[in-house]
Amino acid sequence: MLLLTTLLLPLAGAVGILIAHRTPDYREAVTLITASLIAVLVVEITSRYMAGEVFAMTLIEPMPGIAIAFEIEALGMLFALVAGLLWLVTSIYAIGYMRSQNEPNQTRFFAAFAVSIAATMGIAFSANLFTLFLFYELLTLATYPLVTHAGTPEAKRGGRVYLGILLGTSIGLFLLGILITWSLTGSVDFQHGGILAGHIDPAWAGLLYALFLFGVGKAAVMPFHRWLPAAMVAPTPVSALLHAVAVVKAGVFTLLKITIYIFGSDFILSNDVTGGLIWVAASTILIASLIAMTKDNLKARLAYSTVSQLSYIVLGAMLASKAGLIGASMHIAMHAFAKITLFFAAGAIYVASHKKLVSELNGLGRAMPITFAAFFIGTLSIIGLPPFGGMWSKWYLGLGAAETAQMSLLAVLMISSLLNIIYLLPIPIRAFFSKPESGQHYTEIAEAPKPILLAMIVTSTACVILFFYPDPFYQLASLAAGGS
Amino acid sequence: MDHISLLLVVIPLITAPIVAVLPRGRLPWAVTLVVTTLCALLAGMQLWTVLHEGVISYELGGWAPPWGIEYRIDAVNAFVALIVASIAAITLPYALLSVEQEIPEEKIPLFYSALLLCLTGLLGITQTGDIFNVFVFLEISSLSSYALISLGKERQALTSAFQYLIMGTIGATFYLIGVGLIYSQTGSLNMQDIATILPGVVHLKTVDTGFAFIMIGIAIKLAMFPLHLWLPNAYTYAPSVVTVFLAATATKVALYVMLRILFIVFPHGFALATPVEELFIVAGIASIIIASIYAIYQEDVKRLLAYSSVAQIGYMVLGIGFASATGVTAALVHMFNHALMKGALFMAVGAIIYRIGACRMDQIHGLGRAMPWTFGAIVIAALSLIGVPGTAGFISKWYLVSAALEQSAWISVAVILFGSLLAVVYMGKLIEALYFKPITETGKEVTEAPLLLLAPMWTLVLANIYFGLDTNLTVGVAETAAATLGVMKP
Amino acid sequence: MDFFIGQYNYWVVIFLMMVGLYTVISRGNLIKKIIGLSIFQVSVFFLYISMGTVEGGAAPIITEGVKLYSNPLPHVLILTAIVVGVATTALALALVIRIKESYGTIEEDEIHKLDHSL
Repeated sequence: MLLLTTLLLPLAGAVGILIAHRTPDYREAVTLITASLIAVLVVEITSRYMAGEVFAMTLIEPMPGIAIAFEIEALGMLFALVAGLLWLVTSIYAIGYMRSQNEPNQTRFFAAFAVSIAATMGIAFSANLFTLFLFYELLTLATYPLVTHAGTPEAKRGGRVYLGILLGTSIGLFLLGILITWSLTGSVDFQHGGILAGHIDPAWAGLLYALFLFGVGKAAVMPFHRWLPAAMVAPTPVSALLHAVAVVKAGVFTLLKITIYIFGSDFILSNDVTGGLIWVAASTILIASLIAMTKDNLKARLAYSTVSQLSYIVLGAMLASKAGLIGASMHIAMHAFAKITLFFAAGAIYVASHKKLVSELNGLGRAMPITFAAFFIGTLSIIGLPPFGGMWSKWYLGLGAAETAQMSLLAVLMISSLLNIIYLLPIPIRAFFSKPESGQHYTEIAEAPKPILLAMIVTSTACVILFFYPDPFYQLASLAAGGS
Repeated sequence: MDHISLLLVVIPLITAPIVAVLPRGRLPWAVTLVVTTLCALLAGMQLWTVLHEGVISYELGGWAPPWGIEYRIDAVNAFVALIVASIAAITLPYALLSVEQEIPEEKIPLFYSALLLCLTGLLGITQTGDIFNVFVFLEISSLSSYALISLGKERQALTSAFQYLIMGTIGATFYLIGVGLIYSQTGSLNMQDIATILPGVVHLKTVDTGFAFIMIGIAIKLAMFPLHLWLPNAYTYAPSVVTVFLAATATKVALYVMLRILFIVFPHGFALATPVEELFIVAGIASIIIASIYAIYQEDVKRLLAYSSVAQIGYMVLGIGFASATGVTAALVHMFNHALMKGALFMAVGAIIYRIGACRMDQIHGLGRAMPWTFGAIVIAALSLIGVPGTAGFISKWYLVSAALEQSAWISVAVILFGSLLAVVYMGKLIEALYFKPITETGKEVTEAPLLLLAPMWTLVLANIYFGLDTNLTVGVAETAAATLGVMKP
Repeated sequence: MDFFIGQYNYWVVIFLMMVGLYTVISRGNLIKKIIGLSIFQVSVFFLYISMGTVEGGAAPIITEGVKLYSNPLPHVLILTAIVVGVATTALALALVIRIKESYGTIEEDEIHKLDHSL
């Protein structure tokens, strides 16, 4: 019951938002209440799940053997927990952001947002590939109006790239992968240990894995990463929650699920399924970092940073060793908290000063100390320094590479951390220590509205807390990786 | 109730002349509505009977086959008859307002009369078990559809109808030649009877020739690539209601005849020994790709959808080409689902035409905001056409790709998926025009279509979702039907 | 020789069929197209009727002392087909009249020039 409630509640919220479209206060109240309930629900479900309760249900079975079914397992729980908690924070942020910007069509915005969360929950809880695919497509479609929210020609162009790549890869490759899996095994259910072993010639397994790797376009593995920078035309709350957390994490989550529950880590390890493909992820990490360095637009730089960070998770999945999988799973959570902080800060900067370019930020730190402090914390967590949560996931990813004796991959991770420092750290440093170009200190710019500040403080604090107390995420991640 | 199969044909046939002489006003429409609803109910009962009690064999006038005409109803034709009759019944409420606007008042009784005749013909084709009888019904439906198309508002409707008449008559005559040649060798016109006699005479060139003539004749009616040239014009210029009805039924019935001839009349061994299979696959692939690309470049929305229909027919042809149980199941399922999605789409376009009188891309800018329900219907039907999971279209694509994978037909797999992407492009173009383009001056006064147009449209839209989630009826029946056809390959 | 003379009915049919089809395709005048279509249909009628003949058979009317009859079924069939053919021709002619009214011409290329259809 709880499970279905988590899915339906955001949808009910969306309806409520549409009904309350005349009075923005009620509409925002509906958003906040729904988001709080969801946050409470995911925490409650997590604690019950850890206590051993089993959540599983089948909704309907459109075709024999292919059902719309849900089942909670560790990985999905972790993803749902991250998305559920961050939705609440983002809602607070979004209300502050949208109001201060006087954006049009806010009702459509909040309603589509709620539908996107419902789709994300559907992805997290799906018990088979078919259900996952259904919600995966729903998420693409529900986020499309958010990406094109501004309605400008630029937004439409971004929206076209977004829809084109995500739908194209999912229909052309992902669906094909699912169908091949179905025709080989007669099943699309997620099972511990995978379902493909014994049904597929190991030589072909790599090809099938490639279909999934590129087909799950939301994971933004190069060369199908273009949609993510294109989606940055969306309002910042959308970039923050959806394109740093929900949508992109849905992509890598799908890949992890497929790795663990369709292929099975033993099958991958014993047959070297991902041997060559792993370099696709490795090169995405490096190339995206290099591109990020060249971007002056703050959100574009963050977008390429996301592309690079996502491939950490993909890399961890393809390592398929226990530590690699733990690192990948934890990185879903750790990167989410850090990157959302960065996007929140970017939005706050835009709201307060209407600046979008990195080169314009000189000296802004004195005018907006809280914002840049949060940005600084987020940066350090992404780089993977203690005492911030990001350290743990990088630690396990490195361990995974070492465990499988892939020293060159370890080197990639190290180089990438250096690149992170080069393209992210200068931003807060410029803000705090450089003088504005005019030579005058900013006086007319103050901090962004309170809801925005509150959201940033919460997420940046979370980055610190997660260093000292990563336990819930670690437990879920090791449960998923251990396969027991 | 023994006469159920005959009643399905006779009721609309008898009412057609009655409707023609009824006084003007809404009475002709009301009578037609009652008749089509009755037919839909009868067709439903017939399918139920077939599924539960087995094949119905009805001897017309008490003459035993193979001398008399036999109506032989199995799962295949009961299914197709249900599609035809229920689409007719759903179209009729929609017809009232649309027809009053598009057809001159004095011609309305004749319009409904022709519609009933067309229904008679289509249902007749599905019911009969006699290949010459098929020709007669084929011509009844064709002649009335030429007349219906020519009633379109623009003068191009006349030339389109004429073009269709020439093509259609050549097709029907080809079919007739084929039937004659087969008759000359077997001495029978009963489908089952021919099937038992044919193995003895398959070595004869005449049988080969007859088969080829029949296939080409039906391929024209089916608008199978590259014999599809009549279809885009006919669909574009016909009155909205006629387009809805024909798009959802006429080609489907032709496809049914194709299936029946391929798998029942000609024992599969013969049909498969000739390279028909490869021809079907090539034709299917070509129409999916070429017609979809044509659709992308259309400026008239109805024409865009018409080219999309040609492409969708390609999917069905491809399914038949696999000649496997899954392939034929996929073709039948897609036949049903495509009727749902194209019905809904053409109804939505008809609603726009009802409001603004035309449907070119540059005239509909921004109308999605003015007509949100119509726009919603287009979006959902478009998703179904693309094959997004949760819609009926996904089920068809799933079975089609499964059938292709079974035979490791990788090119076909790629083409099916690529076709979906092309559908994203052309439907995306339509949706973009409706939603993102700034609204035109005239468009600002447009209001939502009346409920009488919306209700049937949304019935079909919801059916698109329902049959995407519950496939007991569609896939279940299609699988039984494929088994009835005795498809040989696994 | 027998191939040509013994099956002369088929040669007639094929000749008419080709004449008909060629006329439909090559003529731009809509009336001539209809004529071609009719010839094409008529050739099929001949095909059926000549097929029904049984060598030495009498007309299929039961008479004392006659054992061998021609096959009446194709005749019956073709009666139906003739009716269909007449209906088609009538409809086609009606369409041509309407086309003439709204375009002022029944030449295909001129209609095409007027609005790029057909």
